[in-house]
Amino acid sequence: MEEDIEKIQEETKRWDKDCLGKHTFRKRETDWGLEIKPLYTVDDTKDINYLKEIGFPGEYPFTRAPHPSMYLGKLWTMRQYSGYGTADETNKRYKYLLEQGQTGLSVAFDLPTQIGYDSDHPLSQGEVGKVGVAVDSLADMETIFNGLPLDKLSTSMTINAPAAILLAMYLAVAEKQGIGPEKLNGTIQNDILKEYTVRGTYIFPVGPSLRLITDIFEYCSKYVPKWNTINIAGYHMREAGATAVQEIAFTFADAIEYVNAGIKAGLRVDDFAPRISWIFNTHNNFFEEIAKYRAARRLWAKIMKERFGASDPRSWMFRFHTQTAGSALTAQQPLNNVVRVAFQTLAAILGGAQSLASCSFDEALALPTEESVRLSLRTQQIIAHEIGVTDTVDPMGGSFYIESLTKKMEEKITDYIKRIDELGGAAAAIEKGYIQQEIQESAYRYQKEVESGGKVVVGMNSYQVEEPLPKGLLKVDTEVGAIQIKKLKELKTARDNQKVQSTLLALRKTAEGYANLMPPIIEAVKAYATLGETCDVLREVFGEYEGTSVI
Amino acid sequence: MNRDKRIRVLVAKPGLDGHDRGAKVIARALRDSGMEVIYTGIRQTPEQIVDAALQEDVDTILLSILSGAHGFLFPRIMELLKEKGLGDILVLGGGIIPEDDVPELKKLGISEIFGPGMSSQTLINYIRENLSQG
Repeated sequence: MEEDIEKIQEETKRWDKDCLGKHTFRKRETDWGLEIKPLYTVDDTKDINYLKEIGFPGEYPFTRAPHPSMYLGKLWTMRQYSGYGTADETNKRYKYLLEQGQTGLSVAFDLPTQIGYDSDHPLSQGEVGKVGVAVDSLADMETIFNGLPLDKLSTSMTINAPAAILLAMYLAVAEKQGIGPEKLNGTIQNDILKEYTVRGTYIFPVGPSLRLITDIFEYCSKYVPKWNTINIAGYHMREAGATAVQEIAFTFADAIEYVNAGIKAGLRVDDFAPRISWIFNTHNNFFEEIAKYRAARRLWAKIMKERFGASDPRSWMFRFHTQTAGSALTAQQPLNNVVRVAFQTLAAILGGAQSLASCSFDEALALPTEESVRLSLRTQQIIAHEIGVTDTVDPMGGSFYIESLTKKMEEKITDYIKRIDELGGAAAAIEKGYIQQEIQESAYRYQKEVESGGKVVVGMNSYQVEEPLPKGLLKVDTEVGAIQIKKLKELKTARDNQKVQSTLLALRKTAEGYANLMPPIIEAVKAYATLGETCDVLREVFGEYEGTSVI
Repeated sequence: MNRDKRIRVLVAKPGLDGHDRGAKVIARALRDSGMEVIYTGIRQTPEQIVDAALQEDVDTILLSILSGAHGFLFPRIMELLKEKGLGDILVLGGGIIPEDDVPELKKLGISEIFGPGMSSQTLINYIRENLSQG
């Protein structure tokens, strides 16, 4: 091929001038400013060294895939994000989804749970059970997983500030089922930095929050070895408006901060790095999304090997969960979302996802119904079994456009990480408002393009129709708050309150010192101390994070 | 109202919901259209929002919420506004609010509820028209 390059370059110039030049069209650009060429040829990939930069699946730098046989050996985990109302209702939804062929669980908690308030806290009013399931104590977790064998499932929990407490509850539920922690598979999100920037469910200041995270790293490396101790999230930054490049760059910057914190806490990088996992957002731009995941795999491998000197190949390996883009759904003509979700789901698979949640078409309006969530699960199953995209590993590899875009994205992401390093790392960049500002700029630019019609959103700013009001949406029972408050009252009379007090006191002592927080949290949880009581002890010792906002 | 006076807007995020992409984009768009905009930041109680409205002497309050807690929080905010003698402020809601809930919210005195996909120009026009009538 090499001897042909000059000839191909000449021919491309000729074609460009004599053939393409006779046609007029609008130039195309990515959201992050790269001009997309009308045609890519071997000339665009000639500088990419195949063995060094692309390589083989399951081998450094993992551009093509983290595992050698990928979907030939094992399909991705089909894991719809769900949970609402009471523990009982959520348990029913999980059983339904598993019956329908879902292969993993993903727990959505309500906002009071995510911020460490019990259902009877004044700030919980109106919020209980709304965006996820309400968990006040171990009793609720026992109900959520009632009849679900935890040694045969993998469970992902979207929980951040109080992640240690929910993990402790999960370990306690498993113990009651007679299952040891070494057998448990699953993930906690445990990614506080993006809560400060875009998601908002923070509790404690940066320092103690990082301590909680590294305590979990340490505890799990010893006792829960198969657990993914952190699920570093780009998803929410993308939802807040970040471009694909910013999504990966800011997530990797956060990840670098966590790895540094682990090392600073005295851990060996290869003891915790293999348990790092990720969640990203698979958006509308099909090829960009595929290239994004290929670039991320390659770059993370390089960061771990070259920057942190990790020597275990599992530390280099980028394994990710993704969810399709909630913000790409339209409230107008909601059935159009079925098509958007299908394309995004396909992009996630061509990008090499290990685990996937597909949004439901009614989610711009409400939480999904049983029917709508089943349709999005079926979308994954059709892609898995009917259309042949799982028959070979990384079928997009070698496409001139995909390889060129992968390279360009890797370069742009690297530039951003350098900039954040110069600012002193992710925590410092967040404190300066840099990451928030960059995301807001992208969000505003996008909105202006949509409003000017420069970006077509079918059914919303173009091809509109008069529509009747949507029917059959899911409504969360307004009584959930009252039900939870009643259960809390009963719990507080039934439990051994002296034991609760003594375990909370032990937790306070540990929080004031330097020992690992997991053991006293587990003891408190097992005594049925509530989530709010446990968080309050930590609030009193650690203080609370004060959010700021600039527009 | 005095035509020379710039319209003062409070963009507020009641409750525990952290989704503020929409609130921030709207705040920028209103500011670019010449209004004075104050953004409360996320996780505000009804009391904090009403206090901010009073202190900042705003003409309109935009409440953005996606968590589904509007059924509790919006009535509380409207009640506090009336208690403080701020019943004449133009109050608008946005976010993810089911159509079924809109009539009840309007009865409380919330002038309009805007859903996903609304253009910022629609909102700007709405505010200008409704304040000039008032």
